Amino acid sequence: MRRDVFGLIFLSLFMVASILGAVRTARADVAPAGPTVQVSIFNYKFDSETVTIKAGTTVTWTNKDEIPHTVASTDKTFKGSAGLDTGDSYSYTFDKPGTYKYYCTLHPFMTGTIVVTAK
Amino acid sequence: MSVHDSKREEIETVQDSERRKLLQCMAWAGAGVLWTMKGGVLSAKTLDGIASAADTDFSFLQISDTHIGFHQAANPDVMATLQSAIAHVSGLARTPSFVLHTGDVSHLSKPEQFDAAQQAFKGIKADSWFFTPGEHDIIGDDGAEFFKRFGGGVDGKGYYSFDYKGMHCLCLVNVLGFQAGTMVNLGDEQLEWVEQDLKKLSSSTPILVFAHIPLWTVYEPWGWGTGDAPRLYTYLRRFGSVTVLNGHIHQIQQKIEGNITFYTARGTAYPQPQPGAAPNPGPLTVPAGQLGSYLGIREIRHVSVDGPLAVTDTSLALPA
Repeated sequence: MRRDVFGLIFLSLFMVASILGAVRTARADVAPAGPTVQVSIFNYKFDSETVTIKAGTTVTWTNKDEIPHTVASTDKTFKGSAGLDTGDSYSYTFDKPGTYKYYCTLHPFMTGTIVVTAK
Repeated sequence: MSVHDSKREEIETVQDSERRKLLQCMAWAGAGVLWTMKGGVLSAKTLDGIASAADTDFSFLQISDTHIGFHQAANPDVMATLQSAIAHVSGLARTPSFVLHTGDVSHLSKPEQFDAAQQAFKGIKADSWFFTPGEHDIIGDDGAEFFKRFGGGVDGKGYYSFDYKGMHCLCLVNVLGFQAGTMVNLGDEQLEWVEQDLKKLSSSTPILVFAHIPLWTVYEPWGWGTGDAPRLYTYLRRFGSVTVLNGHIHQIQQKIEGNITFYTARGTAYPQPQPGAAPNPGPLTVPAGQLGSYLGIREIRHVSVDGPLAVTDTSLALPA
């Protein structure tokens, strides 16, 4: 009986450790903990051009054009992407409410807006 | 002139009388007469120095939009088409005095893309190369890597001027001033530098200006123009002969405005649609076998005392 109790405790500890490990692994892979939203870059447009999300949401832009694009904050209020070649993605988690305008530095006529509301 | 034309060579000569006047200036300069007296002339890039019969004529080459690193359907092998351009240059009767690269050397500003391009450029025999960056060359670092390799110009900002046989050349940078929703700008600082740079010159000095994005508005919705270029014109108007060379739009367009003649060049990588002829300016995939006729290089020659400046655009199409 006592052995069983110890076994259960051991098993519980093992499970907690596993869960913590899983969380840690997930963080290492930059998998967002909160909700996610996809924005396509296609046909020289951000699709959708305006996206409204709750604070804590991660936006992932994916370039589906044959030409590179970038995601750059118009007023430098969030960290922008490097050059995104065809098929490349870039993610950013918006933690604070506000209106974030951005554009493509290679094709500045391409503009978009992320509106972040309180949780 | 249609880019669909399969002619191997297309020669544009500008007959306009103002132009003729300026060309005479160019020819005069080409004869080496101006060469000795332009004080304050630059520098390392100037001429070998001794006027001789051989110096009465010279040519230089414009190459543009090599986009090393591009690998999509419109041209899966941009290095092969660049090599084809280089082979053509090697076959020219006259070795170009210098080469201008009007930007987008690389596709994504990656060191390995610059490395590959630099290696390939060694195949062209010319005394000097002059570069201006395209927007694809300054991604993520405002051009630091590009300027390190190809010359930083004034205060490391990329623009500079030099003189060649009496011709004054301005290399301008119009890919660093992007703002959302508008055409790019040269910026006040660079324009003030241009004003100062040109002040010392007599109005008979032939002027050559080159930059990546067209210095005239070809098509605003696609950003094919430079917002503050009109201020540049105010400094250029007094000169009898001004030639402006750009890249960026991967096709030949030409405009004459008074004494200023603007040309855009083909690239060696892939074609783009004519202004507004497609929903966006993305790469144009042309039928198999036709790519070469959409790509090309440009030779600019001072022909003779009486003749016009000749701009020769040569496609990379194979001879029929």
